[in-house]
Amino acid sequence: MIHELQSILARHHGDPTHLLQVLREVQDALTWISPESIDYVADELGLPRARVEGVAGFYSFLHSDAPCRYRLLFSDNITDRMLGNQELLTYLCEKLWVERGHRSEDGLVSVDTTSCTGMCDQGPALLVNGWAIPRLSRERLDRIAELILAQTPVERWPRELFAVEDNIRRADILLDNPMQPGDSLRAVLADGREATLEEIRRSNLRGRGGAGFATALKWEACRDAPGDGANTQRYVVCNADEGEPGTFKDRVLLTTQADLLFEGMTVCAYVVGASGGKTRGFLYLRGEYRYLLEPLNEVLARRRAANVLGRDILGHTGFDFDIEIHLGAGAYVCGEESALIESLEGKRGIPRNRPPFPVTHGYLQRPTTVNNVETFCAAALVTAGGAEWYRSVGTAKSAGSKVLSVSGDCARPGIYEYPFGVTVRQVLEDCGADPGNGGTLAVQISGPSGVCIAADEFDRRIAFEDIATAGAFMVFDASRDMFEVARNFAHFFAHESCGFCTPCRVGTAMLRSTMDKIAEGHGTLYDLAEIEKLDRVLNQSAHCGLGHSACNPTLDTMKRFRPTYERRLKSQDFEPAFDLDGALAAARRMTGRDDAGAHLSTEEA
Amino acid sequence: MTDTFLLDGEDVAFAPGQSVLQAALSAGRYIPHLCYHPEFKPHGSCKVCTVKANGRTAASCTLPAQAGLNVESETGEMNDLRRTLVQMLFAEGNHFCPSCEKSGNCALQALGADLGVMTAGFRHFYPDRPVDASHPDFLLDFNRCILCELCVRASCEVDEKCVFALSGRGIDKHLVVNAASGRLADTNIALSDKAATVCPVGVIIQKRVGFSVPIGQRRYDQRPIRAQALDDAPRQAAASGGCAACEGTA
Ligand SMILES: Cc1cc2nc3c(=O)[nH]c(=O)nc-3n(C[C@H](O)[C@H](O)[C@H](O)COP(=O)(O)O)c2cc1C
Ligand code: SF4
Ligand code: SF4
Ligand code: FES
Repeated sequence: MIHELQSILARHHGDPTHLLQVLREVQDALTWISPESIDYVADELGLPRARVEGVAGFYSFLHSDAPCRYRLLFSDNITDRMLGNQELLTYLCEKLWVERGHRSEDGLVSVDTTSCTGMCDQGPALLVNGWAIPRLSRERLDRIAELILAQTPVERWPRELFAVEDNIRRADILLDNPMQPGDSLRAVLADGREATLEEIRRSNLRGRGGAGFATALKWEACRDAPGDGANTQRYVVCNADEGEPGTFKDRVLLTTQADLLFEGMTVCAYVVGASGGKTRGFLYLRGEYRYLLEPLNEVLARRRAANVLGRDILGHTGFDFDIEIHLGAGAYVCGEESALIESLEGKRGIPRNRPPFPVTHGYLQRPTTVNNVETFCAAALVTAGGAEWYRSVGTAKSAGSKVLSVSGDCARPGIYEYPFGVTVRQVLEDCGADPGNGGTLAVQISGPSGVCIAADEFDRRIAFEDIATAGAFMVFDASRDMFEVARNFAHFFAHESCGFCTPCRVGTAMLRSTMDKIAEGHGTLYDLAEIEKLDRVLNQSAHCGLGHSACNPTLDTMKRFRPTYERRLKSQDFEPAFDLDGALAAARRMTGRDDAGAHLSTEEA
Repeated sequence: MTDTFLLDGEDVAFAPGQSVLQAALSAGRYIPHLCYHPEFKPHGSCKVCTVKANGRTAASCTLPAQAGLNVESETGEMNDLRRTLVQMLFAEGNHFCPSCEKSGNCALQALGADLGVMTAGFRHFYPDRPVDASHPDFLLDFNRCILCELCVRASCEVDEKCVFALSGRGIDKHLVVNAASGRLADTNIALSDKAATVCPVGVIIQKRVGFSVPIGQRRYDQRPIRAQALDDAPRQAAASGGCAACEGTA
């Protein structure tokens, strides 16, 4: 064990900012993070033990319980559920003789769930020791069970199991671009820093990660930030955390447009970097996309060889920029830019107090630009094709195109790129859903943090001025129960709350238990009122966007599909949450009794 | 001329770098708060200090004071919110005030009383949190932890020992101590540490001094928290606001 730990720490040069990366590798090598590993890592990195334990305890993919050779995590987004993941999970548990959420006695295998893994167009999906397997079926699970029972190392499992498809159904200016590595860089090096920033400004490019912040303003603020005295170091960070359930467009961009992305980051480094100053880049890749790490590193190596990355880029003396990839470890909140920076520094992913903002005090308190994958790709397009051309695509207020991740009840789930301004109805028609009467019931746009719209709003448009979106587009037809959709999302937020602030830590857990109470038939009107109160409290006082939006799906569906809530209510009055008969269930299990005498007749009241 | 902002219609002067809460307290104006402590850098996690500033809600302990800001604090809306947040903290842990050694000295209890929190409001979580009685001088009763991180900050920034840290996430977030055994007895905490006395509620309890001050004569029995907080406000910041050991730059 010591030998493995030594080589991991040597690879990371004992750098404490690499703590999360180190712990990830310890998890991979030893199948868990033992108390002894924590001691060793803490000693070697010169950190307090409790600080290391705190990080190990924050991320879902780091396990401190016990060793386990095969950890299977079923993606549990609503789209996975609609494709039957629950039934498949039970099937696999039975085959492997394990109880969901518990390790097998011999420490061989455990089966549990995780938040959306970004395979909604090819679900249900799971992760085995962090490696993605899509398109689950009983047949595929049979093979997986055999491989586990034969104790075949995951590296030797058939490649075909891990094949992930791009499913690009509609390409536009981004996915269809004819660019070659270096095209944008040659243009910006010819134009200069100022003119490049001006071009981005005139293009009206806005962030694609959800908030829609003007990209040029962000880059300019980062460029103009004073930094700390003589230190002119700046950072360019690509947010590839893509944790919003139902979103998988960044996965496809990382697979098919890695060069364009890295080119965009390099353009940004050129703009924000003081001349002669140093700029470094990071790509923060969500742990679920672990399988993309090597291919992306190969692209980076190729770019270094072609002199479009590294030192004196394209012969431009002093223009140095390189990119390092950090992996996440299962924490949606790390998509929030300041939590992402904390995570990059090897810490628990807690959103910072702002101000100061990352553009002035980001990574290691230095000026930092954080942009989404798609934003950097678009920036590269703008600098090569020009602001005029870019603005000619889309609407007056929303320039360019948007890549959508379409999943759920439609014939052709996958990636659809449209100029901004496309109607919801158009997307539904193109993907083979049925927006007509009795077909599509609802669409959840931009994930659980976004909006849920019903048929009367299908003529609304995807654009910053109407429905802004980070890309998720989940379709639900008339056979679906929107209460269950909202309940799945409530579980998601409670699972992903970082726990920093009171309203979200406690409020998301309350929302989850209230939705479960309603699902079990114990809900009352009082509970619906409590949900509205939780929403108010979260909006007024949560520390970050996760808490602000945690009640959105419940409120949206309560507003548009209220009967699905009401028919579950037990009575219109207050109902105690404490279910006396339910509390006796454990005693019944232990004594093996389930006769009438072992129940309280609470239902009569 | 000093800059001022409006707090509930009255001018409050502030010094550069002060947050709205700090400036208010310095000026003898109370805004309810819980995780803020005058000797430490504002934390911003409990959200009890939330105010409306120019129409938008924000935690006043971390909101930079700005000239001309219009801050509303003593409003029905903000106090409703605070009551709900206090109820959430009560619901999250196991708080049996009548049997708690901290009763009367507890900021959560005092805040609840001051805000007029009369009922639980929410279903209680009844979490299962074992106590740690391993240390000869201390009892750790995690049932009452409100996760304000004051002990973490005190131990890191004042004592330079890093005895406490947080682990877990969301509703499973919890305090851990700096020992492989997980027991306080195996850390180097001492009675003279800042962390030994900083806990605003009844988690870090000193053994053998229990009830030496009778209930009825305790801190918040004598003065309500809104008066006590103003007495405490002039204390100088004693903590560095960061921890070199945890940053790995020690
Ligand atoms: C809880 C939460 C999760 C987020 N997740 C992501 C994400 O996965 N990817 C992303 O690009 N932005 C995400 N964001 C938005 C980022 O904070 C940030 O606004 C974005 O990365 C900025 O990039 P842009 O300007 O290019 O959009 C998230 C925000 C919040 C509050
Ligand atoms: S709102 Fe939720 S996720 Fe955001 S800081 Fe608060 S607890 Fe963490
Ligand atoms: S033990 Fe006390 S000081 Fe420490 S986090 Fe809990 S409530 Fe705060
Ligand atoms: S006192 Fe401001 S958030 Fe706790």
